Amino acid sequence: MSEAATSRGRSLWADAGDRLRRNRAAMASLILISLIALACLFGPLLTGHAYDRVYPDYVKVPASLESQPSEDRIAPGLQRTASRLRANIASETREGDAIRLVLTAPRAIDERSLAFFERSDLFHAAKVLERAEEGRRLTLLVPIERNTFVFGTDGNGRDMLTRTLIAGRVSLAIGLLATFVAILIGVSYGAISGYLGGRIDMLMMRAVDVLYSLPFIFFVIMLVVFFGRNFVLMFLAVGAVEWLDMARIVRGQTLSLKRREFVQAADVLGVSTPGILRRHIIPNTLGPVVVYTTLLVPKVILLESFLSFLGLGVQEPMTSWGVLISDGARNIQGATYLLIFPAIFLTTTLFCLNFIGDGLRDALDPRDR
Amino acid sequence: MDRAQFHIRDLHVRFRTQAGELHAVKGVSLSVARGETLAIVGESGSGKSQTMLAALGLIASNGVVTGSATLSGQELIGASERVLNTIRGATVTMIFQEPMTSLDPLFTIGQQIIAVIRRHRKLSQSEARAEAVALLERVRIPDAANRLAAYPHEMSGGQRQRVMIAMALANRPDVLVADEPTTALDVTIQSEILALLAELQRDMGMAIVFITHDLGVVRRIANRVAVMRYGEIVESGPVRQVFDAPRHAYTRALLEAEPGGTKAAVAADAPVLLAAEQVRVHYAIRSGFFGRAKRVIRAVDGVSLTLRRGETLGVVGESGSGKSTLGRAIVKLAPASGMIRFEDRALVPLSRAEMRPLRRSLQMVFQDPYGSLSPRMTVGEIITEGLLVHEPALSAAARDRRAAEALEEVQLDAALRNRFPHEFSGGQRQRIAIARSMILKPQLVILDEPTSALDRSIQKAIVDLLRDLQKRHDLAYLFISHDLAVVRAMADKILVMKDGLVVEQGPRDELIRHPREDYTQRLLAAATQTGFLAG
Repeated sequence: MSEAATSRGRSLWADAGDRLRRNRAAMASLILISLIALACLFGPLLTGHAYDRVYPDYVKVPASLESQPSEDRIAPGLQRTASRLRANIASETREGDAIRLVLTAPRAIDERSLAFFERSDLFHAAKVLERAEEGRRLTLLVPIERNTFVFGTDGNGRDMLTRTLIAGRVSLAIGLLATFVAILIGVSYGAISGYLGGRIDMLMMRAVDVLYSLPFIFFVIMLVVFFGRNFVLMFLAVGAVEWLDMARIVRGQTLSLKRREFVQAADVLGVSTPGILRRHIIPNTLGPVVVYTTLLVPKVILLESFLSFLGLGVQEPMTSWGVLISDGARNIQGATYLLIFPAIFLTTTLFCLNFIGDGLRDALDPRDR
Repeated sequence: MDRAQFHIRDLHVRFRTQAGELHAVKGVSLSVARGETLAIVGESGSGKSQTMLAALGLIASNGVVTGSATLSGQELIGASERVLNTIRGATVTMIFQEPMTSLDPLFTIGQQIIAVIRRHRKLSQSEARAEAVALLERVRIPDAANRLAAYPHEMSGGQRQRVMIAMALANRPDVLVADEPTTALDVTIQSEILALLAELQRDMGMAIVFITHDLGVVRRIANRVAVMRYGEIVESGPVRQVFDAPRHAYTRALLEAEPGGTKAAVAADAPVLLAAEQVRVHYAIRSGFFGRAKRVIRAVDGVSLTLRRGETLGVVGESGSGKSTLGRAIVKLAPASGMIRFEDRALVPLSRAEMRPLRRSLQMVFQDPYGSLSPRMTVGEIITEGLLVHEPALSAAARDRRAAEALEEVQLDAALRNRFPHEFSGGQRQRIAIARSMILKPQLVILDEPTSALDRSIQKAIVDLLRDLQKRHDLAYLFISHDLAVVRAMADKILVMKDGLVVEQGPRDELIRHPREDYTQRLLAAATQTGFLAG
């Protein structure tokens, strides 16, 4: 039978994709947010710092592209290390990226204690070039350890760039996962409630109303009190609250869809209720769901930030944008950069997601056709 | 007095769309004189509405209009929005198709009429009110003074259309543009509205431009007619001349598009497929969670019928008569009581699961070809969905083959089965819906107004297709329609319903020639007047 070349149809999704591609703001946002996500995913491997590595010598270093230590840090650093060796600096001369250092001391200098140079964040291991006066005078070559803190360091001396990117991983993960959980529960709950209708619908929606009436912060504090602070708890708390909106949206859609003739046609064909929900109801609610999702992700990220700001969120040394911003807000007078960088990342992400959401809404709106 | 009021000369409308420029109206020229009715006839997409909307500056924002439209010498194309606003609603007014949506549901009809009057005339509130009452009386709304306080949803469709006419006539326009004003109405009401328009025109002497797809209406109301296709006027002239001696092939095709022929009768000894006795569908209106039933709506109230194999029963009635609910009750989409027997099984007590195996012999085709196909599935998936239920062992390749066969059976290209419904026209979609029900090889198909949303010429093709399928597969049809012309072409027997009750039931020819009941006579009279059953 006619196995002739069958022409492929254009689905409504393909049409919507085309319209979205023509929306400059949404496409720019899509590219930008992909870059942010990639940076958060792979960036921490490339910054050369671990997110929890503390540099005691670099507490609250301002953001700068120049490599550290800056010149004015080297002399005090040498002085501090020398005094730990109980030695005096007789002379220091720069030799490129190293310092030729002559130390003198009343007693012989224990060469094992030269490890203090390595332990400092400013220098690498010192090499002894010359011993004189029975070890009371040492000539050392001390290479300078070069570090770059593009976003500066926080109050504990940790690299802000790495921490911002790691925080991005956490925030985006919570945003996506909690949203995913919310959609999964919300769409199935709403579709079932709306399609079955009648008394079941009434009971299911009253249950939603009861959950709505729980004060969210109180709910989170209760969870924290009983289970302690926990990363998984965040998903649970946020997911448990956010699916309610989704369930209502999907139920409303379903109510109007189930009166449509194609659903009744499926009913006449004898399609079972799960089949109707899966093939007819849920695919047709996805337009508004997709739009709401792009608006839910930023909402969840903000919610997490808010909880972290209150101190109910993720635990140190793990961090999220909310935690960083909360830290930054405390240091706003002395070290503005602690606030500015995570805030830029968070707001850019939120802006992008909102633009994408708007773009999708326009692209999926059938009235535009 | 033969001064032409409204001239359109070489009007072009182009829409800028994503798919490129769409030339919707290609150089249309028309004119209407005082006291004259010009009908613009054409099928959907012929540009008949766009022509008038463009002339009045009401076109969508991506449309470009060129050409000329003058109203008593005043140029409308390119006129400023302010000038147009003083003209529209005063010298030229419009009535739209949907009386449900063209009135604002938040205001009483009184407020809406008074607003129109005071917008264009310097009258006090009480003077305008008196004027509004006079207008409502003029369009024969009973108890006009009290009805001013009614909201649109408190009125019937026909009354709403009367209110629309009252609003359109409020400022004594020179030209009235009526865009399919009776299409959404029942035939008897349609006939009343047409009579009212003709009478108002006699009294007030305005020019009427009447846009319609319905030739019966044209014959009844118009002096001159312009036939449009693909954005051009193919023929125009006095109604008599165009109808009696059409020059253009398309006009002839339109005139012949009335579904003709009748169905051959079935043998008297054909086995009874469906028997229903005293079928009732009652809905209780409840209030609140534990509320008692407040009142009962008797949508179908004791209907009995029999249907033999290969036979067609036409169910006729106006909107709200319960004819669709009866069809739904038979396929258990509506909760029924009484006795419905299909072959030898009683359907009423069956559960959803017990009903499932019977569903393949008991199918339904719906009215709206745009709403009855799931927009996110391909045509192939839509057609074969029934096979998933009733022949679950079938492989995907076998299903695909069956889809191709089913499409060919309804005369569609089988290569189109991977396309989506929105890529098809209304008539093609209805064919897809028919293929979906035919793929299961049913014995009885409920056809719920399958042709009502389609153009006349496409209606004819669908009627031919349905008759052809019936002959080939020895199908029984329950054909639900408000359109007597189509019912006559399809049915062996006709059942007339009103308010959930059977008014009259009998063989087709006997019922049409000698209707016994008053209601049937009125229905037939209205249909004959608007030309449905002419000739």
